[in-house]
Formats: sequence, structure tokens, C-alpha cells
Amino acid sequence: MAKKSTATKSKVKYSKETYTFWYESMLLMRRFEEKAGQLYGQQKIRGFCHLYIGQEACASGAITALTKDDKWITAYRDHAHPLGLGTDPGAIMAELFGKATGTTKGKGGSMHIFDKERNFMGGHGIVGAQVPMGLGIGFAEKYKGTKNLCICHMGDGAVRQGAVHEAFNLAMLYKTPVIFVIENNGYAMGTSVKRSSNVEELYTIGEAYDMPAFAVDGMNVEDIHEAVAEAAERARKGDGPTLLEFRTYRYKGHSMSDPQKYRTREEVEEYKGRDPLEQVKKTILDNDILTQDELTEIDKKVKKQVEDAVKFAEESPWPDGQDAFKDVYLQEDYPFVME
Amino acid sequence: MRVIQFREAIREAMNEEMRRDENVFLMGEEVAEYNGAYKVSQGMLDEFGPNRVYDTPIAELGFAGLGVGAGMNGLRPIIEFMTFNFSLVAIDQIINSSAKMLAMSGGQYSVPIVFRGPTGSAGQLGATHSSNFENWFANTPGLKVVVPSTPYDAKGLLKASIRDNDPVIFMESEMMYNDKGEVPEGEYLLPIGVADIKRKGKDVTIISFGKAMKIALEAAEELAKDGIEAEVIDLRTVRPIDYATCLESVKKTNRCVVVEEANPLAAISSELTYHIQRNAFDYLDAPVIRVNSMDIPLSFSAPYIEATLPNVKRTLEAVKQVMYKK
Ligand SMILES: Cc1ncc(C[n+]2csc(CCOP(=O)(O)OP(=O)(O)O)c2C)c(N)n1
Ligand SMILES: [Mg+2]
Repeated sequence: MAKKSTATKSKVKYSKETYTFWYESMLLMRRFEEKAGQLYGQQKIRGFCHLYIGQEACASGAITALTKDDKWITAYRDHAHPLGLGTDPGAIMAELFGKATGTTKGKGGSMHIFDKERNFMGGHGIVGAQVPMGLGIGFAEKYKGTKNLCICHMGDGAVRQGAVHEAFNLAMLYKTPVIFVIENNGYAMGTSVKRSSNVEELYTIGEAYDMPAFAVDGMNVEDIHEAVAEAAERARKGDGPTLLEFRTYRYKGHSMSDPQKYRTREEVEEYKGRDPLEQVKKTILDNDILTQDELTEIDKKVKKQVEDAVKFAEESPWPDGQDAFKDVYLQEDYPFVME
Repeated sequence: MRVIQFREAIREAMNEEMRRDENVFLMGEEVAEYNGAYKVSQGMLDEFGPNRVYDTPIAELGFAGLGVGAGMNGLRPIIEFMTFNFSLVAIDQIINSSAKMLAMSGGQYSVPIVFRGPTGSAGQLGATHSSNFENWFANTPGLKVVVPSTPYDAKGLLKASIRDNDPVIFMESEMMYNDKGEVPEGEYLLPIGVADIKRKGKDVTIISFGKAMKIALEAAEELAKDGIEAEVIDLRTVRPIDYATCLESVKKTNRCVVVEEANPLAAISSELTYHIQRNAFDYLDAPVIRVNSMDIPLSFSAPYIEATLPNVKRTLEAVKQVMYKK
């Protein structure tokens, strides 16, 4: 462990609760998804399963900068955001299994997690689709006269969708309270940012719309908190959207079957050296925010949470197939074509 | 005869046509350096180079439109969608631009393009990744829609699609890429718009296409055990539809079941049923029955999928019903 120094001590910008939340939430995201990866190998989880490991700060740092009434929307790499927002890990794990007790009763699966109670408005499987929706969610807040906003995460690949650019322009035009976040993990499946555009500084895209836009170290949870807090202030003042590019990295493959020939081992290791979880842990210990014993307690708690989540998922019942007809319409006697 | 995978058959068709005509090029997400999300285009970048095989950003509307413009201006694009579920982002260019171009320009501009990729369900992927679009595109005049079920048909029909001067939607399935089948070494083309009788029979006609053909053939196998000889027709193309082959068979068997993965309202099955009652009414001994997905989105969990998709059991029940067997 690095030596304590007064120099690092003075760097502590946030409360003990905040640091504790960051450590605990990111650890939960990490351990939950490591477990999900294992269970995928055992075919307990099927379909696509996109892990967020390495990117945890992008969710955790934003959560502490926003309020419980703010709205969230993201793409299919969507287990971590609700975990941080407080969704029951058991319900998410059950969803990955396809159980009736899952976040959407086994309807959406890994790519389509929702939790209305925590204002987590999805998990969306079509690249870029959540961006105009995020705009609309923010639009509704302004329309209703609240001070709430929408934070809308997207990948670096999603930035190439036309709908994203239409949404950016509309958001500036209507001064919509939305924070657009690009989780730039360097790749869209096997395509690096470099191979998909001449504009590699993704945040500069905002400039074409006069949108305040910033690049942020996506491995540093404090920087993320700070950037989101500033963007939120702008949004709540009525100044409209901000574009934030979080420069981050996914340690695992795109989904579960990705040979990863498009990148080097060294590159992955380099980013692991800047691991968001390790960074915050170091800050915590260097500055005596928590003791090693207290961290160990958190580790134990998280381990138990993940074990309980798996147990819950395992023991939960499968849905009744006929319930597939439920939730298609709100109209209760909708006349489905039955033959 | 030589046996190859479905994906290899498609690759061979593209390779042969690209060797034959330098105006043919392939474009899509992950088709070049990654060798295709489902390894269909494996090795094509190596053989043809980056001027013929293009990786795109995730920008379906843009690259589908690029294909249409390039087609209007003398090239013969093959545009791959990772799945047709993602073609919805690009559907304006497919329908408003490619399908209507020839008519709208009074015959001046044609669009010799192939839009290809998987359609339909592919396991537990949830509703956004599981729709069937065969009937959507078949509804559009100006398009041709090819949905093969075997490697042999896929190769011959894809070659014909690439040479066709009109826009063609060519639909595959993630769940068929590993399928193996006999494909001869030499070159051959198959005509678009001609159905194929995959199994001869006299008692009942089962019409299907694409991935659902497996259900139809398996059901026929089961029925044979009970002494029922089903004739199984593979449409292979759902626009145009080979009504003649279907009608001829129904006039012989007097009974018909249609098996299709799409949702039921305004499906290919509805269309076939109309033509059969219109043109073979006097030959029918029972109403035509169809087996489609249920009238709902395809949800993620296995029990929902089981309750939604067409299957052998439902097909057997339908056949028993048209044969008035218990
Ligand atoms: C419209 C659409 N096109 C293609 C896909 C297939 N696809 C799923 S994820 C993905 C890559 C997205 O990369 P990025 O936006 O960088 O997000 P990341 O996976 O890195 O989080 C692609 C091409 C899709 N789901 N939707
Ligand atoms: Mg990415």
C-alpha cells in the first residue's frame, strides 16, 4: 500500500459517504458481473450478455452527482447502472436467468433491464435508440416544470447513428435538461473509434451544435462526479444539454463470444493499471477515509449480496409461458389474433 | 456431393460474384477485419481488399443509402445488416429509395442492390433482436424478397440476387449458419420466384420458407410415421410468390397448412390463404390453417419463447385439424 502523505490528503474532495458509496457500488458491479460471466459459461445465462467490467466509474460517479428524481437511460450494457441505483441484485440476476422474479419478469433479459421505482428507464438493444428517447425524457421534465434531468449513456459506436445527431441538435434547440454521456471504451464490437471516424475526440461533436462538451477521465470516479455535477447544474438552470465523453475501457469482450483479436493484451493490461475500483480504494486508504478492516467488511457484504442474488435467481420460478400475452397492451381485453 | 455450411454457401456466392464482376462490393458492420459477426464474410477482405469489402460504423441509414446511391450510379452493392432487426434504422432507404426508384424515375434509374442478413428469432435475445421482416418487405412493390432454407438454395439464389437488376432483400438466420448441406462444386444459379417441393406427398400440403422449413419437414417426418404423406413446399421467395406451385399441390392434396415464423396479422400465411381460397376453393376439403408466431413480441425467457414461436407440435395439430383427425 502506498504511503500516506498530506499532499494526497488534501485531494479529498468529497464526503466519507460518497467515497464509501463509490467503493461499494463499483465493487458490487464488478463482483456481480464476474459472477454473471461464470454463470454464462455454465449456460445458466443465455443470449447476449455485455459486461461493464472496467467501466464502473461511468455509472457510479454519475449517481452521486444526481438526485433520486433524475431519470436514467442507457444501451444494452446495462447491469451496472441499476445496481448502482439500488435495484435488487437478485432481481437483475433473476432477469439474466430469465426467471419470473426478474426486473422485467424475464421478458427483456440482459439487454433490457428496467426499474421504474429507481427511474431507470432501460436498457435498450438497438444501438443509439436510447438517445432520442433520453432527449424526450428530459423534454418531459422541462415540460412538467420540474428541476429534474435525464442522463443518457451511449457507446462510442452509437455516436455514429444519425438519430444521435438529430437528438443533439434538438436538445440544444429546445434547451432540454439532458446529460449525454459517451462511454468511450475505445471499441464498438471489433471496430475501434479510429476505424469508424476521423473525429476521435468524440466530445468535440458537441461543438457542431454549440453544446457544452467535455472529455473526462472515465477511469476516475471523482472526475466523473465533478463533470456530471456541473452538467446537472447547467441543466437545472435551464441552459440545456451537455455532452460528456468518459474515456474508459471494457476489460472483457464485447459480449460473451468475442475472440478480441482487434486489441492487444498489453492494451488491456495498461487500462487495468488504472482500474477505477483500485484508484478509489487507494484514495480511501491513503487518506484514512476508511480503514482496511472497514473495506474488508464491505467486501464481505458485497460477496454475500452476490451469493444471495445467485441463490435467489436459482431458486426463483420460471415464468408461465402464457404470461407472454401480458404487458403487450394495457387494454385488458385486447383481441389478439389467435389463429 | 460436397457438403458445406450455410454460411460457406453464402460466402461462396459472394466470392464468385465478386470475382466475376468488379462492380460488386460488400459493405456492413464488422464484415471486413472481424470477418463478419457470424463469420459469413471470412477471408473476403484478404481476397478482395479494402476497396471491395468495407467495414462501416454503426450507421445503417447512412450505409444503406450509400448502397442505393451507388446502385443508381452503376455499382452492384451487397449491403449486410448484422440482422434485419437493425435494418429498421435504415428502412426509409430500403423502401422509399431503393424499392420505388425505378417507378419514380420513370424507368431511368434502377437499383441493383442486395440487402442481406439474418431475420427472425435467434434464441434468447429479447424483443428488439427477434422480429421477422419477411412479410414487411414482401409488402413493398419494387422489392424482391428471398428467404432460402438450405445451403444449396442459398448459394444459387444469392448469386441470382446479386445479378438481378432490381433491389433484392436476401434473408438468412443466425440459427442456420451452421447448417450443412450438399452444394455442388461448379457454378449454378437458381431462379428467384420459384418454389421448391422439398418433400413429395399426397395427403396434405405444408407450405413454409426459411428457418420455419425445419419445422415443416420435421412435422412431415412425424406424420409419415402415422401414414400421412405430407407434401412440403419451400417458397424460397416471398416476393414474388410462386402461387402456381402451391395451388397445384393443394389441388392434389385438398388440404393445406402454412408454417411461418412471423407474427400472424398481414403475414405471408394470410396472403397464401387468400390465393388458395380464391383459386382452389372447390378443391379444398378443409379451411387452410396457419401456424405463425403468436400475436405478441418475442420475449427473452425460454418459456415465453416456447409459448410464442411456431413449433412441430402446433404444426401436427394443424395438420390433424385439416385432416379432421381427432
Ligand atoms: C442499430 C444496431 N446496429 C447494430 C447493432 C449490433 N451491435 C450491438 S452492440 C454494437 C457495438 C456498439 O458499440 P458501442 O456503441 O461502442 O457500445 P459498447 O458495446 O462499446 O458499450 C453493435 C454493432 C445493434 N444492436 N443495433
Ligand atoms: Mg464502445
